[in-house]
Amino acid sequence: MSDTMHQMHGAGETGAVQPAIELRGIDKRFGAVHANKSIDLKVEKGTIHGIVGENGAGKSTLMSILYGFYQADAGTIHVDGRLCDIKGSEDAIAVGIGMVHQHFMLVEPFTVLENVILGVEGGAILREGVDKAREELRRLEREYSLDVNPDAIVGDLSVGLQQRIEILKALYRGAEILILDEPTGVLTPQEADHLFRILETLKQQGKTVVLITHKLREIMAATDNVSVMRQGEMVAHRKTAETSPEELSELMVGRKVLLRLEKGEAAPAATVLEVDNLCVETSQGVRKVKNASFSVRAGEIVGIAGVSGNGQSELLEALGGIRAVTEGQVLLNGLDVTPGRGVDAAELRKRGVAHVPEDRHRMAMVTSFSAKEAAILGYEDDATYQKGIFLNWHAISDATEHMMSEFDVRPNDPDLKAANFSGGNQQKLVLAREIMRDPELLLVGQPTRGVDIGAIEFIHKRIVAMRDAGKAVLLVSVELDEIMSLADRILVMCDGSIIGEVSAAEANERVLGLMMAGVDPHEAKAAEGSA
Amino acid sequence: MDNFELVILLLDATLRTSTPLILAALAGMFSERSGTINLALEGMMLGGAFSAAAVAYYVGNPWIGLLAAIGTTICLSLLHGFACITHKGNQVVSGMAINILMSGLTALVGIALFAQGGKTPSLDHGSRFQPITLPGADAVADVPVLGSIYSELLSGHNILVYVAFLAVPAAWWVMYRTRFGLRLRAVGENPGAVDTAGIGVVAMRYRAVMCSGVLVGMSGAYLSTAQGASFLQDMTAGKGYIALAAMVFGKWRPFPALFACLLFGFLDAAATRMQGVILPGIGEVPVQLVQALPYVLTVVLLAGFIGRATPPKSLGRPYVKER
Repeated sequence: MSDTMHQMHGAGETGAVQPAIELRGIDKRFGAVHANKSIDLKVEKGTIHGIVGENGAGKSTLMSILYGFYQADAGTIHVDGRLCDIKGSEDAIAVGIGMVHQHFMLVEPFTVLENVILGVEGGAILREGVDKAREELRRLEREYSLDVNPDAIVGDLSVGLQQRIEILKALYRGAEILILDEPTGVLTPQEADHLFRILETLKQQGKTVVLITHKLREIMAATDNVSVMRQGEMVAHRKTAETSPEELSELMVGRKVLLRLEKGEAAPAATVLEVDNLCVETSQGVRKVKNASFSVRAGEIVGIAGVSGNGQSELLEALGGIRAVTEGQVLLNGLDVTPGRGVDAAELRKRGVAHVPEDRHRMAMVTSFSAKEAAILGYEDDATYQKGIFLNWHAISDATEHMMSEFDVRPNDPDLKAANFSGGNQQKLVLAREIMRDPELLLVGQPTRGVDIGAIEFIHKRIVAMRDAGKAVLLVSVELDEIMSLADRILVMCDGSIIGEVSAAEANERVLGLMMAGVDPHEAKAAEGSA
Repeated sequence: MDNFELVILLLDATLRTSTPLILAALAGMFSERSGTINLALEGMMLGGAFSAAAVAYYVGNPWIGLLAAIGTTICLSLLHGFACITHKGNQVVSGMAINILMSGLTALVGIALFAQGGKTPSLDHGSRFQPITLPGADAVADVPVLGSIYSELLSGHNILVYVAFLAVPAAWWVMYRTRFGLRLRAVGENPGAVDTAGIGVVAMRYRAVMCSGVLVGMSGAYLSTAQGASFLQDMTAGKGYIALAAMVFGKWRPFPALFACLLFGFLDAAATRMQGVILPGIGEVPVQLVQALPYVLTVVLLAGFIGRATPPKSLGRPYVKER
């Protein structure tokens, strides 16, 4: 198969301008997983090329092969028309490929300068290279308007700045081709826009940019060409100007998907959850949630938006009863259930609070358990699961099967190990476990993190169905699209404080983005009005 | 004997007792800064001490003994590296295994070779490191205060003492002023960053544990061929662990670790001095209590005072490329 591919490409290769990157027949397996199936890809010089696909479609694997992090089982890599044998990062760097990883590859206690020169120090003794590096760094910063203080400690910088250091690192190594893997996951919309402006500058300077993302908005806004991957295969190449988000999402999933969630008006009733002046500190005494006050009523979804790490995780954990509260009060239907004061997660569950934690693998399930074991976690004391002092595995199997069919968990096999389900199916199982208990209040964090588009649609519908059944829902998500399409009211958190509230009707990305960066809501709305 | 003389003697003893700690603490620092926990310092020190004494006895030259000690500890550190770096094993378990192995093996080989109950035969004058008189020490010996500080405190130690104290600035320079040091520190913090920069993580970590081996080998040789005159069974008596504690106390940095070693060395020296001394109001301090003091202090310091020391981020974590 890949041999014929080679010939086809070989025969068709006549153009005068060689593509910056050409991949032919790249194939890669990890054990049973066929991560890349005979991938072909051409990236033109001086363009921004997007690669979209769902989580697990093989985008990151493909780029890791290009950057020498993994070796392909078959296939060839051509850079500027020359066949390259990329065995490690050093080979990729040598042919002018730079990569900005999803999880930054930075040494946090080091200065910016030290991070940039790591690996290309220019001599066994640092001082020899450092002065030259500082000069070069200044030049790069000027040329691409990337302002960073070279002597700042990287760990103290914001994520947006850390990302710029990653870009500087690549440029410093003479990268002509820059690969960015999910670069906007940790950025506010404004920071993301800034990043795209930087990429545009890079393009004007003749650099080639490969942008990997699952966010269609970014593809449409920033790229010239786009390639779509699905389940390890390259399914389509398009010019961005000639395609649409609808077409791309259909290509990604393999069927039509609703990008916009259809839901009716909320009908909020009595207050279910009331949070008053809540403060949460970490064990190191760092205050992560600062005087948060809000309420959630039956029949409404309240969303908490914010850049990851601004206290929303701690808030959710506190409300779920797994993190003690230092100050303040939590009322559930008027009764005091402040966590840490005699109330724990188990007690909250009994009182009708269901909690879907943000981190599925760390807190929501044990991946080495079977599905039926995972499906009773937290409810294993329930009478229906008992037979004397033993667990009633028959009843558990039946209950799990019911959950799995109700929530479309595939495959419907209660004995399969939880780790062997895809992210979306794991999440559906967790949601089934919590929602089918018919709770009064659903606390849900990052419900669709690492979940494919098809499952996202399903999960969103179930959350809206909870609301329509008259339950209260508190949603924490860093995905603004998710918050805006699900929530009826949106609270924005920044640096542990709730900056303000926006109704779903008046919410838009700019206002929320400004608030996420700490701008007062009135100013944010005014800025939006004048813009 | 006046008080000044007493202080000089005490400090003089401090220098001698802290020397093996300093070398071992620096050894631990090189290994741990690169991300490999080195609990094996104790066993390596023991192995080094045995090799040095045995070889020096046969050859009659302490320098050859020193080389043998370093050779032994490099081999042991490569073994530790093979378990921890290549095979991604548990670093604590590997370290403890080496300690137990060396405790038994040195005794076994000692009995087999010399049949003196695990001891090595006493070394004669020429097979040990001898005190060095610094230039002009005798001439200034009569100058009050400064003269005796120079001639009695600073002069008259063996070469390894001076090496240990010079090793501290040298280690600092290597760690913070060279390419090797930059990469070594980086690999202990975020090996992914080193890998993506095109540098081999495994090779870097091996080099670091080998540096560790060289330093701890010197510390072992010091015990048996400089401070002492033979190898005694389990003669390290926890010095490897104390050095490790000093390194943690010094937050994985050379100079703070030096001060921690001097503190522990001082307590050790003071413990020896205190034996049989009758303190006013307290009476004679039990020997055992005084001897236990350095260990008690270790526990107290580690438990209470350095709670906020941040170890290298990837310490103890083998490098696995994530999927």
